[in-house]
Amino acid sequence: MSAVLFFLAAIGVISGAVGVVTLRNPFYCVLALVAHLLSLAVLFLLLRAEFVAAVQVVVYAGAVMVLYVFVVAYVGGEGDSIGERLRGGGAVGSGLRLLGAVLSGALLVELLIALLGTGLEAVDGFGAGYAPGPRTYGTPAYIGKLLLTRFLLEFEVASFMLLIAAVGGVVLARRRGGLEDEDERGLIVGMDKLRPLGTGTTAEGIGRFRP
Amino acid sequence: MSIAWYLAVSAIVFSLGALGVMTRRNPLVMLLCLELMLNGANLALIAFARMWGDGDGQILAIVVMTVAACEVCIGLGMIVAIYRRHLPIDVDELRELQG
Repeated sequence: MSAVLFFLAAIGVISGAVGVVTLRNPFYCVLALVAHLLSLAVLFLLLRAEFVAAVQVVVYAGAVMVLYVFVVAYVGGEGDSIGERLRGGGAVGSGLRLLGAVLSGALLVELLIALLGTGLEAVDGFGAGYAPGPRTYGTPAYIGKLLLTRFLLEFEVASFMLLIAAVGGVVLARRRGGLEDEDERGLIVGMDKLRPLGTGTTAEGIGRFRP
Repeated sequence: MSIAWYLAVSAIVFSLGALGVMTRRNPLVMLLCLELMLNGANLALIAFARMWGDGDGQILAIVVMTVAACEVCIGLGMIVAIYRRHLPIDVDELRELQG
C-alpha cells in the first residue's frame, strides 16, 4: 500500500517538476508547481512528517502560490518553448544553455552517486522505530515543543527574516513618483481640508500639494 | 519504501530545478525553479529525519520553507519593480544593475 502510494506521489512530484521546467506559459508553470507541492506533501506524510505536510499544503501551495498567480497575472508574458530556448539568444547564449543542461545532468549523476553509493547502512532501511501517539515524532505538539525549546534561536531568526522580507517587498514594489491623475490629486486636496495644514502627507513630501 | 528511494526522488527534483534555473530566461520561472531546488533539499532533509527518528530535520525543513517565502517576497517585488520601469522581463536583456 505504501509502496503504491510512494510511486504515485513520486510520479506526481517528478512530472510536476518537469512541467515547471518545460511549460511555455508561466501560469501553467505555477499550476505545475502546485501539483508538485501537493504530491510532495503526500511523500512527507509517508515519511511521517504530518505537521510539515500540512504546512506545505496550507502555506506553500496555498498562500505563496496565490502570490505567484497574482504577479503572473500582473506581469504576464509568454515564455519560449524548449527548442527556441536552446537556439535563441545567439550562438553564445545557446551554447551556454546547452552547457547548463549538461551541467545539471552531471549534477544529477553526482548527487545519485553521493546519496545512493553512501556507506550509511540506514539509507537502505525504513527509518527508526515509530510508535503512534498524540505527542510522537512529527505531530504539531512535538514540532512546537522543539521550536520553543531547543530551536528557539532559529525560530526568532526566522521571524526576523520574515519581517525584513516583508519590509523589503513593500520598498521594492512601491509606486515611485507619487500620484499620477488629476482626479487622485483632487481627492487628496479634498481630504486635506479635514486636518491641519502641513502635518505631512506623501503628497506634500513630493511637492504636489502646496497649501 | 526504503529511505534511498526518497533520496533518489529528491536528487531528481533538485537537478530538474537546477536545469530550469540555468536554461529558462523568464525570471518568474527561474524563481519557480529555485523553489523546486529548495523542495528537493526539503525532501532529503525530511527523509534523513525519518532515518534517525528525530525532529531536527523537520525543523530545518520548516526554516527552509520560511527562507523560500522570504525569497518569493523579495524576488516578486523585484520583478514588479522591473515591470514598472518598462524593462524587459528577460534575464538575457537585464545585464546591468543600473536602472
